Amino acid sequence: MPLKGWVSEMTKSLILVGVGGQGTILTSKILAEGLLKLGFDVKMSEIHGMAQRGGSVNTQIRFGKKVHSPMISMGEANLLVAFEKVEAIRYLDYLKPGGTLIVNDHEIYSLPVLAGKEKYPEKAIEKLEKLVENIVIIKAADIAKDLGNIRAQNMVLLGAAVKLLEILDLDWVDLIKDNLPQKFHEININAFNAGVKQA
Amino acid sequence: MKKIMTGNEAIARGAYEAGCKVAAAYPGTPSTEILENIANYKEIYSQWSVNEKVALEVAGGASIAGARALCAMKHVGLNVAADPLFTLAYTGVNGGLVVVTADDPGLHSSQNEQDNRYYAIHAKAAMIEPSDSQECLDFAKYAFTLSEEYDIPVLLRVTTRICHSKSLVNMGSRQDVGVKEYKKYAAKYCMIPAFAKRRHPVVEQKLKKLREYSNKIPLNRIEWGDKKVGIITSGISYQHAREVMGDNASYLKIGLSFPLPEKLIREFASGVEKLYVIEESEPYMETFVKSLGIKCIGKDVFPICGELNPEILEKVLRPETSRNTYTLDMEIPSRPPVLCAGCPHRGMFYTLKKYKDVIVTGDIGCYSLSIMPPLDVTHTLICMGAGISAGIGFEKALTLAHNGKKVFGCMGDSTFFHSGITSLIDAVYNKSEMAVIILDNRITAMTGHQQNPGTGKTLSGDISPVIDIEQIVRAVGVKGENIRVVDPYDLTETQEAVEKAYEAVEPFVIIAKRPCALIKEVQKMRATLKCTINQNKCTSCKMCLKIGCPAIAFKDDVMVIDQASCNGCTLCMQVCRFDAIERLGE
Ligand SMILES: Cc1ncc(C[n+]2csc(CCOP(=O)(O)OP(=O)(O)O)c2C)c(N)n1
Repeated sequence: MPLKGWVSEMTKSLILVGVGGQGTILTSKILAEGLLKLGFDVKMSEIHGMAQRGGSVNTQIRFGKKVHSPMISMGEANLLVAFEKVEAIRYLDYLKPGGTLIVNDHEIYSLPVLAGKEKYPEKAIEKLEKLVENIVIIKAADIAKDLGNIRAQNMVLLGAAVKLLEILDLDWVDLIKDNLPQKFHEININAFNAGVKQA
Repeated sequence: MKKIMTGNEAIARGAYEAGCKVAAAYPGTPSTEILENIANYKEIYSQWSVNEKVALEVAGGASIAGARALCAMKHVGLNVAADPLFTLAYTGVNGGLVVVTADDPGLHSSQNEQDNRYYAIHAKAAMIEPSDSQECLDFAKYAFTLSEEYDIPVLLRVTTRICHSKSLVNMGSRQDVGVKEYKKYAAKYCMIPAFAKRRHPVVEQKLKKLREYSNKIPLNRIEWGDKKVGIITSGISYQHAREVMGDNASYLKIGLSFPLPEKLIREFASGVEKLYVIEESEPYMETFVKSLGIKCIGKDVFPICGELNPEILEKVLRPETSRNTYTLDMEIPSRPPVLCAGCPHRGMFYTLKKYKDVIVTGDIGCYSLSIMPPLDVTHTLICMGAGISAGIGFEKALTLAHNGKKVFGCMGDSTFFHSGITSLIDAVYNKSEMAVIILDNRITAMTGHQQNPGTGKTLSGDISPVIDIEQIVRAVGVKGENIRVVDPYDLTETQEAVEKAYEAVEPFVIIAKRPCALIKEVQKMRATLKCTINQNKCTSCKMCLKIGCPAIAFKDDVMVIDQASCNGCTLCMQVCRFDAIERLGE
């Protein structure tokens, strides 16, 4: 278990990165609420605005006994959850040596790539695998699609994150229900459970 | 009760607990959610105003009438609201008046990085700066009391990291203070020269008293730690400094940023060996400290531009710490924000792009994204309203230079109500030959879908009269034959209108009317509408890529349209020369 022994007095940092519209903010919100229930002091920082329109987004969570700054430094994140491959690379320098990277094996082309002005990198996952010791690759988008809606991919990743953080003994299903309209409960809970199994 | 809240939610809660009765704002990142949250408290009357000046006047009027009132805006909004602010400092308040200014160091979503702490000095209003969500609640509450005690408007200054960061908040209950009695008092509330002249010394007197109190006010505090290093700081910078230095430094945490506490600063400075001033943006506190003849280190080592963060502070304060990380030497594509699939703004800019001899003076809204390739048509973007007014000047200058280029000024519906109407009157009055395009997507989209006077709904969701843009355009004197209302999803109709505008020698207005593709009801209605590529007919000419739609891709040597994001706007279909795009659904 790569993250074993992580719970200590020291403040820990998580960063969730992806593309506007992928549900990173909701995922961070649920994660932060869970950490709070576990008795941690939690701070979370999200930047929204222009980024909604298909731009690159990140939310940062810091938790511990007493947290001051909500912002993560380079090489500080104990866990980086990337909702998209290129975003994993973009934010990789936030990951602490020995930290864990969860990456969604999913690609979203940005407009410069769509327009043929820039290239989407090849073999990104293979290269990440070579570099990062603690990497967990999950086809969250495919899993969610199979369950009925790609938009539940964030819950697959949440499940994986929660499992790796060893904080499964909390009623996450309840938190998911609190944060989503009823008609989406079933698929999101299934997605969450699928994520737990994957990690 | 404890809850994790953003700074914005906490400010709303603080206003509620303080017994605030009236709140007004114009949206603007990062301040928008303050009013959206206040609207959930039925005890507070809240409204979207058409702009920040109006919002502050509404709040100011309510305050004079005796209600505790709040007004919120992004930093540049205070430029718009500066006029009432400066004079409200003279009239003072009756019910407490709190003005939230949300600054944006790092320019996450703004056109400049101005530091609004200077407004406090300039306008002679008190200023308070919280450093986390709990303080947002506590300080917002305190601000109302301070405002009433000192008969002064209080600026509550926050920044993006405060507004949009979440932390734990202890909530209290509402203290209903009612609406104070109002008595006619022209010498205080009517600022004619004779009265204003008498108010000014009163203002100076109040500030003197507050300056004295600033040395004892609970918002400012010294936290003694190691005395080798002393740090004067405020807002989010306090949190970063604490994170980096812990108890290895002493802190003077400033919560009342104006007026600054002279005695407290002297006491602190004399108690530490080396003094730093750590603040984002301008050397506001540093200049004050230096003016007292106290040596300190500030902007010579910390940047003026951008946000601060623990890492920047660490490099200066603890240069011995080293950070390792992973680097993957790999070129990755940029991911700029783009107009959404199905965005109604696209059709208009695609049409304008065909004209090589036009100048487009742009404005701020989602359509700002037309600056980026492949649309890439906009020449200027300054501030809200300038889409029309800068166009007037541009056109006059081009005429003087005998340059025949046509000027098109663009702005959205919310921006038109905010400050475009006066500009349009100016264009008509001064016989401008420019053309104006109002991109009426029936919502304030950029800031996350707020209602505006054209949508027929108020902040609280109540039905209200729809202010008809076309009628306004007519009423200010644009001739009927020079007005076109078009559907920007229809390229033929749009092209015809642009051509007419291009040829016109009088003010010409095109209203491009089509609701934002992300409005929930619109999404529902169009859920089954899609465009797809008929691979038998597609020649991969890539014409459809020119509209810059994020749903269209050239992947594995074929053109594809992402069915999840396409809303069947048919723009791609209309530009395809081979009839290779088909529309599905009804
Ligand atoms: C003075 C000022 N207030 C607020 C803002 C924030 N802001 C930028 S664009 C915008 C609204 C744009 O709405 P609209 O004109 O309808 O265009 P849309 O985004 O819907 O296309 C706002 C509120 C600003 N930049 N300046």
